[in-house]
Amino acid sequence: MTTEYNAVITEFDPIIGLETHIELGTNSKMFCSCSAQFGGEPNTFVCPVCLGMPGSMPVVNRVAVESTIRMGLALNCSIVPWCRFARKNYFYPDMPKNYQISQYDEPLCINGYLDVTVATENGPQVFRVEIERVHMEEDTGKLLHAGGAGRIHGATHSLVDYNRAGIPLIEVVTKPILGTGDLAPEVAKAYVAELRDLMRALGVSDVRMEEGSLRCDVNVSLSRPGEEWGTRTETKNVNSLRSVERAVRTEMIRQADRLRSGERIIQETRHFNEETGDTTSGRSKEQAEDYRYFPEPDLVPIAPSEAWIEELRGTLPEIPSVRRARLQIDWGISDFDMQSLVNAGALDLIVASIDAGVQPAAARKWWTGELTRVANERNCELEELTVSPSDIAEIEGLISAGDLTDKMARSVFEGLLAGEGSVSQIVSQRGLVVVSDDASLIAAITAALADSPDIAEKIQGGKIAAAGSIVGAVMKATQGQADAAKVRTLLLEQLGVKE
Amino acid sequence: MTDTSANGIDQNLVVHLGKLARLELTDVEVEHYTLQLEQILGAIASISEVAAADIPPTSHPIPLENVYREDIAIPGLLHEDFVPGAPSFEDDRFRVPRILGESA
Repeated sequence: MTTEYNAVITEFDPIIGLETHIELGTNSKMFCSCSAQFGGEPNTFVCPVCLGMPGSMPVVNRVAVESTIRMGLALNCSIVPWCRFARKNYFYPDMPKNYQISQYDEPLCINGYLDVTVATENGPQVFRVEIERVHMEEDTGKLLHAGGAGRIHGATHSLVDYNRAGIPLIEVVTKPILGTGDLAPEVAKAYVAELRDLMRALGVSDVRMEEGSLRCDVNVSLSRPGEEWGTRTETKNVNSLRSVERAVRTEMIRQADRLRSGERIIQETRHFNEETGDTTSGRSKEQAEDYRYFPEPDLVPIAPSEAWIEELRGTLPEIPSVRRARLQIDWGISDFDMQSLVNAGALDLIVASIDAGVQPAAARKWWTGELTRVANERNCELEELTVSPSDIAEIEGLISAGDLTDKMARSVFEGLLAGEGSVSQIVSQRGLVVVSDDASLIAAITAALADSPDIAEKIQGGKIAAAGSIVGAVMKATQGQADAAKVRTLLLEQLGVKE
Repeated sequence: MTDTSANGIDQNLVVHLGKLARLELTDVEVEHYTLQLEQILGAIASISEVAAADIPPTSHPIPLENVYREDIAIPGLLHEDFVPGAPSFEDDRFRVPRILGESA
């Protein structure tokens, strides 16, 4: 029987930990000059270094180091005065060298923290997530498993694309996060969201989760109050904010089920299934010693000077929490409203819409209303919807020019969400033209008045509110393509009534 | 099974390495490689004998630090440059044998 989440919490304390890999948005790879852009025809961004050819030598990308130091500083870390890269040796064809260059016992940044805010019944609550380390490594190639429904199991062979091999990765590792109680899933999600926003604010990565440029490994263990920490599992490759939250929750429930029936938790790697939200057992994890880490002999140490670090500190932007506080004051909205638009992932989209010329209130209305509802319905992130801030600017522009009514704007959004093309294409395909020539509006008003002569009397008798039903009838007759305010003005003129 | 040698190599370790490399080793092979690895590591161990306590270990022969390249992308190799050297290439990708011992 599956334990209810609330029952898990009354019996156990969760401890979570997160390892987050973020691809940097550099021009070139970590150790060679191949392009680091996403996509490209397979094996076209490759050279002797990232193909692991004998005799080729890696050289470190300066911007990748600078980005990592800036990330470390933004996470309140100490930047170590001296560190090295290490070889992580393993048997898997995603790296042609048979090892990945990473950092092991000498990470570049250590001991920081990131404060994250979670909405609770009692208002926003801040958790300090301590950062163990931030280190540099290289991404691996991409495998396709052939002849077995795309899975390793049953495949006859695999095909490898090394375009991604060697793209700079930053790995950010938290210390165990204690004391979150029932908020563990929300804290995990809020942490990853905050980290993503920080990376974007720093401009070191565009963090497109759907392209896999941010990937999380989620560690979870449970223990009864007063007992020692439980055995943890590591759920690999959790690739969206929503999935981070779900992975923590389902893993807590699974572990509680086992513990309550007297079973042990096995320390293992688990896979997260995006469709079902379940985790399943993966390979038994190699122990760190199996990787035979040793200092990378082809690279020299990194020894950032104080002057370099201070220069980079000077380039740090306004951090997201400060920016949010500033925007909240600018917009004059409550903690609750701010927190819910942040949770909906709408903040950057609203800001981008305002930058594109939309009024703040209108930008908030669209992103947190209709669009958030659709994203929830589709179980996806707002930014995955086929509506962009510039679309909203275009629609708002049409509304204020009187070329679209609010109702028609809704129809344009429907079209955008259904992937029917650009705003102007949808407007013409759906025939969304405001009926603005007075003659046809007056004709419609006359017809509506003829249908309900009693209403005309009411209005002329001073009950102006009764005008609503005539305006409604005209809107219906014009299939919503008239400007309601204009219809109302024309109606009152026709009846000789002044407001 | 043999005792652990001075180099920390024993048959259990060789079996474990075989497992990591997804190699099926016979008992004869395990014995064979254990002996070979012992000899190789024994040769390397002789270097440790000359390491003095007052010389810090190093990972690089030249005392250099902070060697970087600028972040400029340049075009890579063309398929025709490297495909002839690849054992197998299919659909613009390197073809490798099926991967064992994974469930993903």
